Amino acid sequence: MSFFGPGHGACPGCGLTIATRNVLEALEGKCFVSNSTGCLEIVSSQYERSAWGVPYIHSLFENAAAVAAGIELALKALKRTDEGKVVVFAGDGATADIGIGPLSGMLDRNHDVIYICLDNEAYQNTGNQQSGLTPTGSNTTTMPAGELMPGKTGRKKDMISIAVGHGIPYVATATVAFYADLRRKVKKAAEIEGAKYIQIHTPCVTGWGIDGKQTLESARLAFETALYPIIEYENGELTKVRKIKDRKPVEEYLRIQRRFRHLFKHPKGQEIIRILQKIADDNAAKFNLDV
Amino acid sequence: MKKVVRGFYSIAHSVKLCKPNVIAAYPITPQTEIVENLAKMYSNGELGDCEYVTAESEFGAASILVGASAAGARTFTATCSQGLVLMSEVLLNAAGMRLPIVIVNTNRALSAPLSIWNDHQDSMLLRDGGLIQIHVETNQEAHDMVPLAFKVAENPRVMLPFMVNMDGFKLTHAYEPVDLLDQEIVDSFLPPYEPPVYMTTKNPLTFGSYAPPHCYAEFRVTLQNAMMRALDEIEKAYKDWAEITGRYWGGHAVGEYTDDAELVVVSMGSLTGMVRDVVNEMRREGKKVGLLKLRTFRPFPVKEVRNALKNANKILVFERAVSFGYEGPVGIEVKSAIFGFTPEFYSFAVGLGGRDVPREEIVKIIGDVYEGKVEQGFHFGTIKEFEEVVV
Ligand SMILES: Cc1ncc(C[n+]2csc(CCOP(=O)(O)OP(=O)(O)O)c2C)c(N)n1
Ligand SMILES: [Mg+2]
Repeated sequence: MSFFGPGHGACPGCGLTIATRNVLEALEGKCFVSNSTGCLEIVSSQYERSAWGVPYIHSLFENAAAVAAGIELALKALKRTDEGKVVVFAGDGATADIGIGPLSGMLDRNHDVIYICLDNEAYQNTGNQQSGLTPTGSNTTTMPAGELMPGKTGRKKDMISIAVGHGIPYVATATVAFYADLRRKVKKAAEIEGAKYIQIHTPCVTGWGIDGKQTLESARLAFETALYPIIEYENGELTKVRKIKDRKPVEEYLRIQRRFRHLFKHPKGQEIIRILQKIADDNAAKFNLDV
Repeated sequence: MKKVVRGFYSIAHSVKLCKPNVIAAYPITPQTEIVENLAKMYSNGELGDCEYVTAESEFGAASILVGASAAGARTFTATCSQGLVLMSEVLLNAAGMRLPIVIVNTNRALSAPLSIWNDHQDSMLLRDGGLIQIHVETNQEAHDMVPLAFKVAENPRVMLPFMVNMDGFKLTHAYEPVDLLDQEIVDSFLPPYEPPVYMTTKNPLTFGSYAPPHCYAEFRVTLQNAMMRALDEIEKAYKDWAEITGRYWGGHAVGEYTDDAELVVVSMGSLTGMVRDVVNEMRREGKKVGLLKLRTFRPFPVKEVRNALKNANKILVFERAVSFGYEGPVGIEVKSAIFGFTPEFYSFAVGLGGRDVPREEIVKIIGDVYEGKVEQGFHFGTIKEFEEVVV
C-alpha cells in the first residue's frame, strides 16, 4: 500500500496532493496524520475510500494541532514513540484563522509535532473564500473584485514570524515547485525534537484560476518574484534562504491567474500591483534573496 | 478509608486510581480545583506514566483528548459552563468517532448574565450529542462514578464519551465524608484500556472519515444503538461495583414510595437530598408522596421512569434549567417517557444561577401541588418582583 493514494478525488494539478505525497514519502510513511477539515481531507478520507496508507485522523476544521498534540502525548504515555512522527496537514484557513489558537497552544507547549500548513491562499474547499493567508488583491467570493473593491485589501498574514515568535526549534517555507527542498526540510524537521512549522505553497487550480498544467509554473513564479520567499529558521535564527536569480516583476506571476486578472483593468489595480511589488521587494531585501 | 474531603478532591483521587494516560486541563470555576489537584499529583509523581497537559482552552483540551483517545489512551478532563459549551463541537465529534473520553462537568449556569453558580443549563445543552450523562447527588456517588464512567465508556459494546455531572459548589466545594477507594479495588474493577481499534502504524486506519449521504445515517444509527446498549451496560457495571464495594447506586432512576404515591416528585442532582427529606416528612404526616431520583439523563431510562410513575396521579419535576421557549428539559423528557399515562403534570425551575433553594420553598411547592393549589404546567420557583423593560 502506498502512503497516499491512489483513490483520492483531487483536481488534476492539485498542489495539496503533490505536497502531501512528498511529505509522507520523506517520512517513509512512519507517521501519524492529523488533518483539518478542508480540501485535502474531503478528497482523501471518504468512508471506504480512504487514500491514506498511514494512521490518519480528521476531527474538526480548527483543532488539528491540538489533536496532534494529543496523539503525541498518548504515544509518550503508552511508550510507543518509536512508531513514528506526528504530522499535521492543515489548510491556510485552518492554520492562520480559525485554528490559530490551538496551533499557538501546540507550538507554545513545543509538542514533538511537524505542522504542515498547506497554503493555497484561501478557503478552497468551500469555493475560494478569503483567509488570513490570501494575498493582497486576490479575488475571492467573500471579497470579490467589484466596481469599488479590488479584491483583498489587507496583507497576507505573516505566519512565519508568528511561528518563529513561539520560540520553536524549526520553521520553514517550502513550495511544490521544489520537491527536493521540500523533502529535505521534512526530513530535517523529523530529526528535530519539538514543534516544527512548515508552510508549503500549494497552488489551487480552481481557486486561482490556472490550468492544471500551470501548478508548478505558478508556484515557481511566486518564488521567482519573491512573493513567496523560501526560507528556513532554526532556533529563531534565519539559517537558509533560497536565492533568486533574475528576480521577475510580480506581474508575471499575477497575469497567469484568474484571481488577479482584474488588477490589470481595475481603477485600483495598478496601486495593488505596486503594493505587491513592494511586498516582493521588501522580502528580497529582508531575506537577501537576490543573487 | 472514610475521610472528610471536598468534592473536587473526591474526583481527583478517583481519577488517579483509574490510571489515565492523558489528562488535559483548563481552569474554570468551580471545576478548577479538580485539575489543580490532579496537577499536584502529577507534579509530585503520583500519576505514574500519565501525561498531564495544560491546554490553551477547553476547546484545545477536548481536542487533545480526541487525538490521545484515538491513539489508544485513557483520557480525562473536567470542565463546566462556558468551558463545556466551548468544548461542545469537539465532544460531539468525539461521540461520533466513538471515543471513550471521560469528563466531569461541575454543573454551572450559562452566561449572560455571567454566573459562576450552579444549575444544569450547561449539560442540558449537550443533551442530543451522543454523550452518556449521569447526575450525582453526593460526593461519594461522584467519587464512585469515575471508575464506573471509564468502565462503561470503554466497554466495546458502548465506546462513547461519558460525562459525570456534579453540581458546582454545592458538591464540588462541600466537605462530605467519602469512603475513598483504594488502588486494589479500582484495579479489580477497571482493567487497563484496550481499544478495539486505535491509531497505530502497525495497522494504519482512517479515523473521522467523511460520509456521503449513502452511508452517513448508518453511522448515526450505530451511535443510537451504542447509547441504547449503554442502558444495560451501565446497570451491569453498577452490579459489579456493588459486589466489589458493597455500594449499589440503584440504577438509572431510583424510586422511593412510588408504588402507592399519589404525587411523585422527580429530582436530579444534589437538590435530591432535600427533596427526599421533605418527602419523608410528608410521608410521616400520612401524605402519599414519593420521590424519583433521576440519575441517568442520557441514555434516558424510559422503562424505569415509566415504571416508577405509572401509579402516580400527579407528577412534579424540579428543574435546574429551562429550554427557553418551552419548559424545563427534565419535564420534557419525563412527559415524553410516560406517553399514554394521564397524570397531572407540574414542573418548577428552581435554583437557577445558584439561587439558594430553601427547604421552605420545596415544602411549599410540593405541598401546594399535593393540595391542588397550583396550575398544571411549567413554573419558576421563587422569583423577586421586578420590572421587565420591553421597548
Ligand atoms: C467551524 C467550522 N466553520 C466552517 C467550516 C466550513 N469549512 C470547511 S473547510 C473550510 C475551508 C478550508 O480552508 P483551508 O483551511 O484553507 O483549507 P483548503 O480547503 O483551502 O485546503 C470551511 C470554511 C467548518 N467545517 N467548520
Ligand atoms: Mg486554503
